[in-house]
Amino acid sequence: MDVQEYIASGILELYVAGVLSEKENLEIHRYAQEYPEIKAEIVAIEAAILEISQKANTVTPVGFETLRSQLNAGDTSKVVPLTKESRPWTQYLGWAASILLAIGLFWVYNQNKELKSQLELVESQNQQLEQQIAESNSSLEKSRELLNTLRDQNILVIPLGGQQVSPDSYAKAYWNKQEEKVFIDAKGLPEPPDGFVYQVWSLKLSPLTPTSMGLLEDFTEDENKVFALNNPNNSEAFGITLEPAGGSETPTLEQLYALGAVASS
Amino acid sequence: MQLEQLVERFREKDVSAFETLYGMYSENICGVINTIVKNEVRSQEICQDVFVKIWDNADSYNASKGRFFTWILNIARNAAIDEIRSKSYKNEKKNLSADYFVRILESKEEEVVATVETEGLFKLVRSLKKKCIQLIEMLYFRGYTQKEAAEELAIPVGTVKTRNRSCISKLRENMEIK
Repeated sequence: MDVQEYIASGILELYVAGVLSEKENLEIHRYAQEYPEIKAEIVAIEAAILEISQKANTVTPVGFETLRSQLNAGDTSKVVPLTKESRPWTQYLGWAASILLAIGLFWVYNQNKELKSQLELVESQNQQLEQQIAESNSSLEKSRELLNTLRDQNILVIPLGGQQVSPDSYAKAYWNKQEEKVFIDAKGLPEPPDGFVYQVWSLKLSPLTPTSMGLLEDFTEDENKVFALNNPNNSEAFGITLEPAGGSETPTLEQLYALGAVASS
Repeated sequence: MQLEQLVERFREKDVSAFETLYGMYSENICGVINTIVKNEVRSQEICQDVFVKIWDNADSYNASKGRFFTWILNIARNAAIDEIRSKSYKNEKKNLSADYFVRILESKEEEVVATVETEGLFKLVRSLKKKCIQLIEMLYFRGYTQKEAAEELAIPVGTVKTRNRSCISKLRENMEIK
């Protein structure tokens, strides 16, 4: 490189003026370290500018002591630049609002779901209550019918007393001869064991002839324990025996729970 | 002490190094500011602020990017330009063109009493042409780019570099004569 030519180009004067690009500045800094003539030329140009600017000056700078009082202490407290970018608060507000909205929607959704399930529960309870009312009504109807039946003047009441197997047992037969019906009130009988059922018999006494009238089915479930049976027979007595499920052809006399004769009229 | 070492100590926030540099450059910097602001009282205040700013930004100076003087010159010019762009100066409609030196020199010839400073300046630029003085003022005192200076003087950009070289050379010759 021709140092003299480089100096003569006038680039070093521009370097001191500070009008060159960063790349050019770096290059000249490198040359200045490499070539003493370039370094000397820069210093001389700078000296000329210092000279003219000093000569042109009419302002007296303040004393350094005045300046010193305004300087931040050096080593003890370096100024930490506040480069941390503060994000606009509106941005956070936007996020906060959308999160709140999401939470709100979720809450409303859950509330809705809960209300729906509550409604379903109430509906099913309502149905149950309606069913209970219907059952009660039909039960009441049955009871009235029963009461009317028992009050009929053609009804014959036959008390059946407890026998050897179960002396505390009792039952009653309400016999309507015209309608050939017998109502057995079995409230006084113990619950039959599993696999057994009570069977009601119409009896002729001489000679002793039993005729099955039917079974007291669903004994445990029936609350009234009043069972309606048909009786076309000319009965002289009624008996109730415990038989295996399904009933028997002839009564098992060892298991006779209640027995009562029809009063001769 | 070498300038480089002085600047390095200044970068490490050595107050005594800064005091030396202040002694070396404060007059030049204050003068550059006044060239732009044209108000001595205000220029003194700005000059003080500029040196406080230089101290606060000590660690941002990097020798590979330019001379220390060039760096503080740039800070001073920017501060002065900010000042004249501020509201208080807008209304005064001061002539912002680069003619401060020229006016000093012209007034010099008319005034009977001259201060020592203007006397020295007059001697320094005595043989310089007016366009040289204008160019130096633009590039060094006002921070014009080469392109801006070329437009102002109505010359090609390439000419700025060579003309400035010859102007500074003249200035250096004058310095040796005294």
